[in-house]
Amino acid sequence: MPNLLAEGGRQLLLGNEAITRGLIEAGTGFASTYPGTPSSEVGNILEKISADAGMYFEFSTNEKVAMEVSAAAASSGVRSFVFMKHVGLNVAADPMMTLAYSGIRGGMLIMSADDPSCHSSQNEQDNRYYSTLALLPMMEPSTPQEAKDMVKEAYRVSEELTLPLIFRTTTRVNHARGVVELGQRTEPKRTGHFDKDVARFVNIPAYAKQNRVRLLDLYKKAQELSEASSLNFVEGSGDVGIITSGVSYTYVREFVKGASILKLGFTNPLPEKKIAEFVKGKKAIIIVEELEPFLEDQVLRICAQNRLDVPVYGKRSGHLPRAWEFSPDTLSGIKGLVEVQDFSQPLPKVTVPLPSRPPTLCAGCPHRGMFAAAKKAAGTQDVIFCSDIGCYTLGVQPPFQAADFIICMGGGAGAAGGFAESTEQKAIAFMGDSTFFHAGIPPMVNALFNNHKVVIVVLDNRTTAMTGHQPNPGTGRDFGGVSTDAIDIKSLVEGVGVKFVEEINPYDVKAATKVMKDALEFDGLAVIISKCPCPLELKKQKQLVIRTVDVDQEKCVKCYNCVRTIACPALFKKDGQISTDPNQCIGCGMCVNVCPTKALGVRE
Amino acid sequence: MKYTVQIVGVGGQGVLMASMVLGNAAMDMGFKVAMSEVHGMAQRGGSVLSTLRFGDDVISPLEAAGSADLIMGFEPAETCRNLPLGNKDSVILMNLDPVLPSMVAAGFEEYPSIESLKDAVLAVNSNLYTIDATSIAIEAGKAVAANAVMIGAVAAMKGFPISKDVLLKSLIEQVPEKFRDLNVKAFEMGYSSMSS
Repeated sequence: MPNLLAEGGRQLLLGNEAITRGLIEAGTGFASTYPGTPSSEVGNILEKISADAGMYFEFSTNEKVAMEVSAAAASSGVRSFVFMKHVGLNVAADPMMTLAYSGIRGGMLIMSADDPSCHSSQNEQDNRYYSTLALLPMMEPSTPQEAKDMVKEAYRVSEELTLPLIFRTTTRVNHARGVVELGQRTEPKRTGHFDKDVARFVNIPAYAKQNRVRLLDLYKKAQELSEASSLNFVEGSGDVGIITSGVSYTYVREFVKGASILKLGFTNPLPEKKIAEFVKGKKAIIIVEELEPFLEDQVLRICAQNRLDVPVYGKRSGHLPRAWEFSPDTLSGIKGLVEVQDFSQPLPKVTVPLPSRPPTLCAGCPHRGMFAAAKKAAGTQDVIFCSDIGCYTLGVQPPFQAADFIICMGGGAGAAGGFAESTEQKAIAFMGDSTFFHAGIPPMVNALFNNHKVVIVVLDNRTTAMTGHQPNPGTGRDFGGVSTDAIDIKSLVEGVGVKFVEEINPYDVKAATKVMKDALEFDGLAVIISKCPCPLELKKQKQLVIRTVDVDQEKCVKCYNCVRTIACPALFKKDGQISTDPNQCIGCGMCVNVCPTKALGVRE
Repeated sequence: MKYTVQIVGVGGQGVLMASMVLGNAAMDMGFKVAMSEVHGMAQRGGSVLSTLRFGDDVISPLEAAGSADLIMGFEPAETCRNLPLGNKDSVILMNLDPVLPSMVAAGFEEYPSIESLKDAVLAVNSNLYTIDATSIAIEAGKAVAANAVMIGAVAAMKGFPISKDVLLKSLIEQVPEKFRDLNVKAFEMGYSSMSS
């Protein structure tokens, strides 16, 4: 493990580790997040070291709340850092848009970790547009070292402008690793004082109108800072100019020869004069950026305004793709325009048919039991399985195929109500415990309020599993010197007045099936809490008691119910015989539960 | 000098750990290092790829397809799946011990014979080295040490720019103290299986 509290030296750091170190060097006093890949590691590290770093840190219940708590800290003069994945910023966009009107006092960075190629996301939206939408300054690092150093500069700019600054990264920055030279630590200011200023911090229409003008003035000032910023610089020489930012810069820098490069780190507002000056006299301009033509369209506009008649190539010209992340290969698209290094001829794909290996639910994952129960209970009924964001998304795969509709956090339960009213089909919504607290409570209340006859299943595995096992309100908190009690989901659901509430253990597939059958027949909203801790989390906590499952081959009637319904990776079928893999099996007994002849048995 | 290693395998096999050991060793040699890792969803038993680049002037965390100097394959099917990362001159190190995907385990899909996978590589690349890394690791004490076996094997490869001593030192620094002896043993066994 890297030592992010070290006094100095060089370390091989992940982009997210480098950014965290940047917070420590900048004296950040307050940080908040809702976990989301590719930003998650920052939270996992802060959970461990924030107290020693003198910083307050929390996993907020969702990104919106994370934005609000960090906004309050920065408004009180404490440097704050709120971070999330790109789609998380959609959730947090509401407070962000008006926070831009109020501004802040201590520096505030909003890290948006975008995910081109959707490595672990449901879309690849380009959050750079939030900076122009909210009129907020934005910076984009290219490497771990630059990311660490940029954090400090970003705080300086944020404070000079009294505006939060969008610190925009992508997967290949967050999850890149490189040698990072550490700088000096700064003792953080952990608390401040909120000096009231109603005209700034209370955006009733009369004040909001004025603050809109204030923001536009600050945006002009931001423009000047961008013009003067050393984060925007020219490298190399040639009559072809390349304008680039983020990780794309590293590909250009290493694999393009004989071009002049304008590397942009301060990317909103753009340094318009610097760009116009760079374009002047060039034979051609190429814009190398991932996702949308964010820089490209602005460069075209800057050229038009400055009457610069230089061809601009990029996405609009069809030379570079708009979909998916770039890699060095992507540069082949601009080979006719500039000298790009030749790459070796890749070996062909093998012709031997290879088995698929998609990510899958773990051995002993309790979600398997609940999916098996839901499928069995649904039987031949026409059921729409609405699912959500988390490990249980993987329920889309066979044999479960228990995901027909997924859009966003909490989205499954909301949609289930809509399906119930607009179709003759039944709707079952799955969501995790962390998702329930994040965005699952409002759609549940909505279903109750509007009498939607749906089943909501809270897959309560006592952690936020997919993003690396962060605590959530359902587990309580115990880090950084703060301890809180777990919030009981069942009491909460009963408390709002849901009439059908059942808590089940998904390892008991038969019992779960019966409860699901009752829920489907219930005339109203039914909530099932499928409660069983994630085995990976138990393993981390050294609390997992490992048993194994044996197969009595004489009793086995080869019905294959176990592999067909539970499909646990620890179950093997070879030459018609079922066996278990002792290296993977945890002895949870789910397969035992569905075996009709008791051929499977748990051994202590 | 520039050198690219593409490390491929399955979530849980220690691919990230191996890339950390090689990356730290490269840093200790005074090289610039740029790496890229896959985290998150893909780690749930899915295919995993880690890119490690080092040399006098590297900055890009990704490598172009076909440009790997070395493909470190932790698993035979994954090695074959990722062959297009290399070219005819790339060196390929392939662990012959498979990890069966769940659909194969459950009997819904077939896993090809190891021989056919070896042949598929040899048909297009003659620099194939094979090793039974998992079996060797079990012999050393535990299957999870297969990544140390693989690193030991790389240390024995002619032309690999990082010396055995530096790799071993980096391995020792990266693994928890209680697993140090196991990993050193596995590393040495990997090294000698390649040198013999």
